[in-house]
Amino acid sequence: MAQILLKNLRKTYDETEAVRGINLDIDHNEFVVLVGPSGCGKTTTLRMIAGLEEITGGEIFIGERLINNVPPRDRDIAMVFQNYALYPHMTVEQNMSFGLRLRKVAKAEIERRVKHAADILNIGELLERRPKQLSGGQRQRVAMGRAIVRNPEAFLFDEPLSNLDAKLRVQMRTEIKKIHQRVQTTVVYVTHDQVEAMTLADRIVVMNHGIIEQVGSPQEMYEAPKTRFVAGFIGSPAMNFVPCRIVERGAALGVRLSGDITLDLSAEQSKRYRGYLDKEMVFGIRPEHITERRQHTNENQLDFGCTVEVLEPMGIDTMVFMDIEGVEVTARAAPKAVSNPGETMMFTIDMNNTHLIDPKTDKVV
Amino acid sequence: MQTQQTAPEPSLRERLVTALENQRVLGYVLMAPALLLILIFIAYPFVLGVWMSLTDKIVGTSGTFIGLGNYDKLFASDIFLTAAWNTVFFTTIATIFKAVLGMWLAVLLNRKFRFANITRATVLLPFIVPTVLSTLAWLWMFDATFSVFNWTLRWLWQMEIGIFGLVLKENWGFFRGPLWLGDPSLAMASVILVNVWRGLPFFAISFLAGLQTIPPDLYDAADIDGASGWKKFWHVTLPLIKPVAIVVIVFSIVVTFADFQLVYILTRGGPNNETHLLATLAYQLGMGSGNIGQGAAVALFMLPILAFVIIFQLWYLRREGVR
Repeated sequence: MAQILLKNLRKTYDETEAVRGINLDIDHNEFVVLVGPSGCGKTTTLRMIAGLEEITGGEIFIGERLINNVPPRDRDIAMVFQNYALYPHMTVEQNMSFGLRLRKVAKAEIERRVKHAADILNIGELLERRPKQLSGGQRQRVAMGRAIVRNPEAFLFDEPLSNLDAKLRVQMRTEIKKIHQRVQTTVVYVTHDQVEAMTLADRIVVMNHGIIEQVGSPQEMYEAPKTRFVAGFIGSPAMNFVPCRIVERGAALGVRLSGDITLDLSAEQSKRYRGYLDKEMVFGIRPEHITERRQHTNENQLDFGCTVEVLEPMGIDTMVFMDIEGVEVTARAAPKAVSNPGETMMFTIDMNNTHLIDPKTDKVV
Repeated sequence: MQTQQTAPEPSLRERLVTALENQRVLGYVLMAPALLLILIFIAYPFVLGVWMSLTDKIVGTSGTFIGLGNYDKLFASDIFLTAAWNTVFFTTIATIFKAVLGMWLAVLLNRKFRFANITRATVLLPFIVPTVLSTLAWLWMFDATFSVFNWTLRWLWQMEIGIFGLVLKENWGFFRGPLWLGDPSLAMASVILVNVWRGLPFFAISFLAGLQTIPPDLYDAADIDGASGWKKFWHVTLPLIKPVAIVVIVFSIVVTFADFQLVYILTRGGPNNETHLLATLAYQLGMGSGNIGQGAAVALFMLPILAFVIIFQLWYLRREGVR
């Protein structure tokens, strides 16, 4: 099984640059998810790995082999498409075996592999059907089956779940993870859904405007985003961003969000942010790190009060929307502890999970 | 005093409105104009044709019923058998060329290139020009003495000779060029050529429409599955375009089988009946010789064959619709 190496990969269409120099090293059997908003270049990158899109600049290696000019059929990869791309005139069995038949694999071997894949995917009874007679989820399985029988160096997934309804999507997500655990192979998976990225990936690659914003494990992306874009993209509901100013608070520093709210920074943070004293910054904090007032569990937790604007009960939690200097800020509170809209409510904020962003560079400092 | 309350008698207009509100009545009313047109312009001539083919009607006489006499005579006639064979040959060869070239043209037109839309529209030209006019132009181009074909051939001939330095430039008469419409085998080839030229756009555009319904993803998938260009065509394009292709081909068979204008203008069936088709023979017998009964019999001979073809087409369409 392969490692895939992208070196300074670029793609230009006429005047527009879709991919602007990407470097990425994908390990053996690693599950890498490329995630980003539409037009960020993730699908183009995948299609260049597949060989369906010509490479404008840079190099792609699969294993030791430079494959820039190798046609897709000789790259030893399999791909699962967004619309499944099953051949409508072939049965499920024929769809799955098509690649093997073209490669003149022996009949018995084809049968064995198709049966094996059908067992993994639980589609043994569907082999004689045509794609039209299958549900969305079943087609998805067949599309994966077609990839599995090929036993390729790498699997490429292009938004495979986006045509399924919400419930099935969650189901198939788990399914894909299970399959990857059974069929150990390198996977490059493209999605615009950060939840899919978080749940599936060994490593997430967040892309935006044709470049990589950050690469890391799901936990790293969540806890230590390096840019404002990643901070806002990963995590749901999205992180709050509040313009702020770093001010002197005795010996230490504080973050002034508004005339009423100034939050003290710890000694360690004060040291780190000293250079930004009196500068306009952006304060980032996830909704789950602002709760109703609670017993403090560490010394970096602070309390503050604010007027509640809107409540959105989610069942397990209630999202509390407030207004700080014209910016909407969301908190995540226990349903029983929230105040009514219009009333002032006390919150506890965990300063250990805050991020300070320099608005000039949009980098987390 | 006794007052009797009677509802006022509904006016004609009111009764009409009530009747039209009944969907069944309205349906028949709306269908009536089309039905009338079909009866006058299709059913009546058809029935009349069948009747005439069973009589010995000659222009000016009313004709008497002679049963299948006309058909008997036809099967004994060499010209009829030649025309029947010619029609089958003409239709088969022309349809094969139109289908193969049409597919090739469609695949080319389906690529992305500059001025693609203008090119696609231009391809339709032979189909748009009235057949009679374009065929007259072909007649002129096929002319043995003054035509562009033979002029070009002569020019090439002279060039070649000029290279070897054997013949003087002004030796025009040396190479005459073929008699395109006078030579028996060339005449049939020429007629087929014009039919293919005229029918090709219909095939190409219909196939192109079919090609454009094939999702591009399938070709990506086939690329990755390991299919080369030719295999993609064979395993993906052809099976997916088959429903369109069958309908187009069957339709073309019907139209080609009954073709009249081309032959009538180019050769009138000659030389020596080598290009006579059933349609031109029917015209010649019925209109030219005034032997209307016989002409009708020739024309009707096409009916069972074309009926079979059309029934096949309808059957196929139904089956595809179910699948």
